[in-house]
Amino acid sequence: MELSGTEIIVESLKQEKVKVIFGIIGAAIMPLYDTFGKTEKLPFKNILTRHEQGAIHAADGYARATGEVGVCIATSGPGATNLVTGLANAYLDSVPLVAFTGQVPTYMVGNDAFQEVDITGITLPITKNNYIARRVEDLAPIIKEAFYIARSGRPGPVLIDLPKDVQQARCQFKYPDKINRKGYKPSYKGHVRQIKAAAKKIMEAEKPVIIAGGGIINANASEELQKVALKTNIPVVNTFMGLGSFPKNHPLSLGMLGMYGQYAANQTISSADLIIALGTRFDDRITGNLKQFCPHAELIHIDIDPVEIGKNIAVKIPIVGDLKYILHQLNDYLDERKNSSWLIEIKKIREKITPQLEEEKGELRPKYIIKCINEFFKGEAIIVTDVGQHQMWAANYCQFMHPRTFVSSGGLGTMGYGFPAAIGAKFGCPKKPVVCISGDGSFQMNIQELATAIYNRLPMIVVLMNNGYLGMVRQLQELFCDRRYVSTSLAGSPDFIKIVEGYGGVGFRVNKKEEFYPILEKAYEMNQFVLIDCQIPQEENTFPMVQPGSSINKMMGVEQS
Amino acid sequence: MKHTIAILVEDQPGVMARVASLFTRRGFNIESIAVGHSEKEGISRMTIITSGDEKVLEQVTKQLNKLIDVIRVRDISPRNVIERELILVKVHTDSLSIRAEIIQLVEIFKAKVVYVERDTLTIEMSGDEEKVSGLLKLLKPFGIIEIVRTGRIAIARTKNNGQRT
Repeated sequence: MELSGTEIIVESLKQEKVKVIFGIIGAAIMPLYDTFGKTEKLPFKNILTRHEQGAIHAADGYARATGEVGVCIATSGPGATNLVTGLANAYLDSVPLVAFTGQVPTYMVGNDAFQEVDITGITLPITKNNYIARRVEDLAPIIKEAFYIARSGRPGPVLIDLPKDVQQARCQFKYPDKINRKGYKPSYKGHVRQIKAAAKKIMEAEKPVIIAGGGIINANASEELQKVALKTNIPVVNTFMGLGSFPKNHPLSLGMLGMYGQYAANQTISSADLIIALGTRFDDRITGNLKQFCPHAELIHIDIDPVEIGKNIAVKIPIVGDLKYILHQLNDYLDERKNSSWLIEIKKIREKITPQLEEEKGELRPKYIIKCINEFFKGEAIIVTDVGQHQMWAANYCQFMHPRTFVSSGGLGTMGYGFPAAIGAKFGCPKKPVVCISGDGSFQMNIQELATAIYNRLPMIVVLMNNGYLGMVRQLQELFCDRRYVSTSLAGSPDFIKIVEGYGGVGFRVNKKEEFYPILEKAYEMNQFVLIDCQIPQEENTFPMVQPGSSINKMMGVEQS
Repeated sequence: MKHTIAILVEDQPGVMARVASLFTRRGFNIESIAVGHSEKEGISRMTIITSGDEKVLEQVTKQLNKLIDVIRVRDISPRNVIERELILVKVHTDSLSIRAEIIQLVEIFKAKVVYVERDTLTIEMSGDEEKVSGLLKLLKPFGIIEIVRTGRIAIARTKNNGQRT
């Protein structure tokens, strides 16, 4: 059947089972939106955000919460460049996205036409691959390939640039069954001999620890991870990206490691003799000073991306492949073991210092807010955060029980990510409660998406940790710049309740500790968009922490945790 | 340590940019780069000369392999390879005696004079790195006006059993 370029796009999205797209219209992408208008039963929801960055973060939040490919659309020029932060964010956190951008007609490309920008050139280093569709015949194969590349192997964002005349041209449509790229063949099955060697090493180790990273979540391998850990009684620490892959309330869980991680997690891996690293890239926020990282340990590293193996840390047993498959196989080669003396040693480390969720009356403090969220939702809500102190409080103290219940910007640390990502997560999982924990700094970076959330009647709760500062940087200024708070005060912020009400939503302000839980309950029961503006102490710090460049077992502020 | 990397890529728009940008972004050094069609349709071969230790080279190879358009990456430096570069050099010739001297050099190096003007000679030569730099060194005192180099290309020798190394 002969179709126009835009009809081909709609049909292709249908074939890829896309359920929702986020985007903003503009002149160069108008033909596509016009086809949405003409299509009798559009196979997906078309959500208008208020900024392209909101659109791509929403698609990203959708992808992380559901495990499916997120899709966003922007017009040419500024629409396309507004996607750049979102693409980099998804690239660093390995999130499957397909972004479509409008482009000036092919005969004008290269002439600096109105709203023309070389978006494939700009996004080259921050996409897994990108395309400019130069002929309408190329569209279906490109879209097929884009979705396949985005979701397979190590997932990542893919961008497709759509010149206006290609959108309008017509050709025969047939959606390809498969793709065949000689240069793209991710390996899924790990080397059996290596897996056996890993099993042997694990059985011989005296102080083994598992580091479970975001790769576990991307591979949907939480179940397999738990089987391995429980069979061998090996403690599990999570990277930031891996939170949710192992239930936090389990006795073997040591929580998050790294710069703002748990003291016990950092101490444990520092005294380990074997690290079993699963789907992690040993980012500097995890390792601290590389030379002093895990000085006594040998390393087994399993990852789907061969590039990550040996990039930062020397590996004893590397295995490249899909974690679900490999852990399943590894489990067969492992015997049960008790690990008693090692677990007792860890218990002693933990007893020395365990994070306490404070109990004192009066002041509303961040850890108490998280405690209430834990008590109320019991780990069943999707927690989406922005970036900063509130993010670290959430990462450390939220009781994550399931994979894909923690959605947050890790590698890029994108302020403004959380709120639109929460919108995307809610579209993806309408039946699950979605709580966006944000800060007064981050929230203002994409505050315009209040329109998207409230107009679409999304029942979700934004818990705003309002301390009047860009708190994370203020903390660094307090510790390392003698409290010279340059450019971190947010004096001039609006009345957030009035802003929310202005968009037609509901907001509550909480000043006192005892007010929070009842308001959270009420907010949930209202089943609509609610923002809770929590007035927390201005100089609350995120402790413990590792000083940048220092070794991770030397933590500041341990006594305060 | 210098390495010669042979890369097979699909002829896609932007593939050169992808490879070059990867080297820049990851801080890898490119000494020379040469590209052309391969024996297979739709597939080009790049020869890149880079430098770095084993760890850098491993990352270069892996990062290149990760590019979708890249089909195969081989470090062919330690192998039995034939390397060549083509250069064009324009040299000053102030007098007839100098011209004669240069022509003699050209003959010794099995190079070619491809263009003659009243006070210049343009020389073409191909060879491995040693030969190219040897000629350039000897021509330098005469006054080199311009040098154009293609960048090195390399091909692996075939083993006795016909298999490619």
